[in-house]
Amino acid sequence: MVLARSEVARPGAGPRKRPARRFRGGAARLGLMAVPVAFFAVFFAYPVAAIVSRGLKTGDSWQFGWIGEVLGRADLQRVLWFTTWQALASTVLTLLIALPGAYVLARYDFPGKKLLRAVVTVPFVLPTVVVGSAFLALLGRGGLLDELWGVRLDTSVWAILIAHVFFNYAVVVRTVGGLWAQLDPRQEEAARVLGAGRFTAWRRVTLPALAPSVAAAALMVFLFTFTSFGVVQILGGPSFATLEVEIYRQTAQLLDLRTAAVLTLVQFAAVGAVLAVHARTVRRRESALKLVDPARTARRPRGWGQWALLGGVLVTIALLVLLPLGVLAERSLDTPGGYGLGYYRALGSVEASGGAFLVAPIEAVLNSLWYALAATAIAVVVGGLAAAALTRRAGRLVRGFDALLMLPLGVSAVTVGFGFLITLDEPPLDLRASWILVPLAQALVGVPFVVRTMLPVLRAVDGRLREAAAVLGASPLRVWREVDLPLVRRALLIASGFAFAVSLGEFGATVFIARPDRPTLPVAVARLLGRPGELNYGQAMALSTILMVVCVVALLLLERVRVRGASRGGAGEF
Amino acid sequence: MALLSLDGVTVRFGARAALDAVDLDVAEQETVCVLGPSGSGKSTLLRVVAGLQHADSGRVLLSGRDQSDVPVHRRGVGLMFQDHQLFPQRDAGGNVAFGLRMRGVGRVERDRRVAELLELVGLPGAGRRAVASLSGGEQQRVALARALAPEPRLLMLDEPLGQLDRGLRERLVVELRELFGRLGTTVLAVTHDQGEAFALADRVVVMREGRIAQTGTPLEVWQRPADEFVARFLGFDNVVPATVGGGVADTVWGRIPVPDGSREGKGSVLVRPPGVRIRETPDGLRCVAETCVFRGDHVAVRLRPPRGPLLEAEVPLRDAPETGAEVTVAFAAEEVVVLG
Repeated sequence: MVLARSEVARPGAGPRKRPARRFRGGAARLGLMAVPVAFFAVFFAYPVAAIVSRGLKTGDSWQFGWIGEVLGRADLQRVLWFTTWQALASTVLTLLIALPGAYVLARYDFPGKKLLRAVVTVPFVLPTVVVGSAFLALLGRGGLLDELWGVRLDTSVWAILIAHVFFNYAVVVRTVGGLWAQLDPRQEEAARVLGAGRFTAWRRVTLPALAPSVAAAALMVFLFTFTSFGVVQILGGPSFATLEVEIYRQTAQLLDLRTAAVLTLVQFAAVGAVLAVHARTVRRRESALKLVDPARTARRPRGWGQWALLGGVLVTIALLVLLPLGVLAERSLDTPGGYGLGYYRALGSVEASGGAFLVAPIEAVLNSLWYALAATAIAVVVGGLAAAALTRRAGRLVRGFDALLMLPLGVSAVTVGFGFLITLDEPPLDLRASWILVPLAQALVGVPFVVRTMLPVLRAVDGRLREAAAVLGASPLRVWREVDLPLVRRALLIASGFAFAVSLGEFGATVFIARPDRPTLPVAVARLLGRPGELNYGQAMALSTILMVVCVVALLLLERVRVRGASRGGAGEF
Repeated sequence: MALLSLDGVTVRFGARAALDAVDLDVAEQETVCVLGPSGSGKSTLLRVVAGLQHADSGRVLLSGRDQSDVPVHRRGVGLMFQDHQLFPQRDAGGNVAFGLRMRGVGRVERDRRVAELLELVGLPGAGRRAVASLSGGEQQRVALARALAPEPRLLMLDEPLGQLDRGLRERLVVELRELFGRLGTTVLAVTHDQGEAFALADRVVVMREGRIAQTGTPLEVWQRPADEFVARFLGFDNVVPATVGGGVADTVWGRIPVPDGSREGKGSVLVRPPGVRIRETPDGLRCVAETCVFRGDHVAVRLRPPRGPLLEAEVPLRDAPETGAEVTVAFAAEEVVVLG
């Protein structure tokens, strides 16, 4: 969140000199950080390191020469090249399509705006597998376009790019639009009065203010698309593979751990670089901008140009967001014997799945909900403690910790999942047979969202409120309960919602560690899609639709919380 | 025994001392006002007493007991923050009740006390109102009620009226003084506004760069500022270096009569504006009237003497010169103070 903060010699902000006090504060912070650090060490660093070392070691010696060897392979260079350019293309395309949407949602006031804002957020919380299925239903063999005009895009890169735009539209609209809505329009007006034309005023005043948030959004989109797995796995066919898909192929199909390890390192390095750039832009974003209440900047569109822009954005959203989701739902009902619930009914029996499952696919729904709830609980505890530790003044160590928390978003989920299998299989951490393995992996991707959402709110709590409570007789624990908790309760709810949604949709790691008799929804969908036959396809669509509905319901609940809390300064965007 | 004693308290932020070996006693039921410009360390003083800031050296004693190892929430002092810091998620009553809840006061007793305190601060029945719906003055009253509720042995106020507009401030200052007198509360307040300090306090402590520049009753401080800093801080600008001897001070403005018994030697003198008399007679200091500002019951005239800094005079309306006029000035000894 961008805040125009004036840290002018606040009494509480002065450095504390007392060694004993500093030690106590430091100890408390270390205590808070201990749980997240241990969690990441055991369930992230250790499995990833184990995979990498297994791939790159013979006996006791590291074979770093293999890195060059693997990178020299032409097929893998193609993968790396494709991963990079499709991420760049997706990012550019997303910006082009979403920036007008960001503007319209930020500056225009029209009926149904809140609903529209919720609608564009739906794709972001959808599991990648659902997105893949939806676009398969729209653009693939036997899809809507195929039926109407005989057009198929599932073998072309366009399907992937469009799906990526679909997925990340909300990232740009919310990150850029959130700031845009709060920029004071009078700044631009001042430039106009000083003689700047409409476009010059926008370019000289608004654009520079927006640029950092555009950059931040672009980096997020790049990060998500660079590591894209589910979408490419389903839509890419044999011809297109991202690093993540290739890691999966090398690990699960070719059992070539060496190549997988090198590719994991490559992805790790690339993501690390992107995150470093991201951290820099975020810091720049905290420059002093004059922000105002969004309600004051929005107004009705005027003139045909503005109405046309609004219309264009609505059509884009209809085609890009609503159409694929609508087609997905339609396909799930489109049985050979006419529209009906046949596919949904088939989900209820083991036999109908044609041996793809040990249990009825519908059980995946309950598995998923249960796993996602457990993962959310873990993510909220770990992320909440991390955010609490990060709230106090940031030193270098703390900033490093901050960046560390973002890494799970970029490290190959496939590697993490496989790492779980080979590391958490002996006492004292023999979790192979335990159901907790799946939620643990899912929580890894939930934690960054929890931290991102909680941190701005926790940092915005005025330290003197805590002091006021202490002077009135509240012990430190009581201060936290009486002051911090009520203020962050809403952010906590939102964070839980996001963690729930991403856990529900997690695919890359879960696909490895979910036991055959306890599949999750995305795993079940992928397995159904991987088998031939109309029934399997229809069931995949039906399961995806169920997953979509669960996500939408979770999101709508969140939006309610978010809207009610809007007056008190929102939680962070993503 | 003093209720509060500061014994050589020093607080350093880096190289700068926010408090520099401060000694201060506040007696039971006394109202002491610490007066100083921003950055003089007055807020730090309150924070040290509350335990929110640790002293690098020196001791804070409450009722004679050293507070070094007593955490904030056990000190039993009240602190009203500069911008109130009401808890936004609680209503007015919830804010007032907070300290009582921390002390485990039962609900019935608590509700009774809250109603009583809101009544006391002039907001009867406001318990259910949201903090955001309160005006600045009302927030100030709720903050006061909240600080008073646990009956602290010492009530500290940080710029209690700082953010309020003038009319409200003048009214509240009278109400506060009356209230503290009635309750017998011991009060330590800090402010940068001399009017507020003089109206509120039994004793004024003027601070400068972490040190106490002067203490005394409001009348003492007003009549006899200890040094040039205090004089200028109180708004007196007619200060010049002087050599005092034989009942007169030798200055760039000429010879100025001083009261009997003034300290002799080198120093500086203050001439209060009413003591700068404009005369028709030709003998005296010849000045040009640069600006005349109408101030209701008098006119503030800035005079340019041949040498030295500008002189400020306070003259009755009928004696006000025209802007640009040349006038002669004489000094009245009873309005002259020899500074240390």
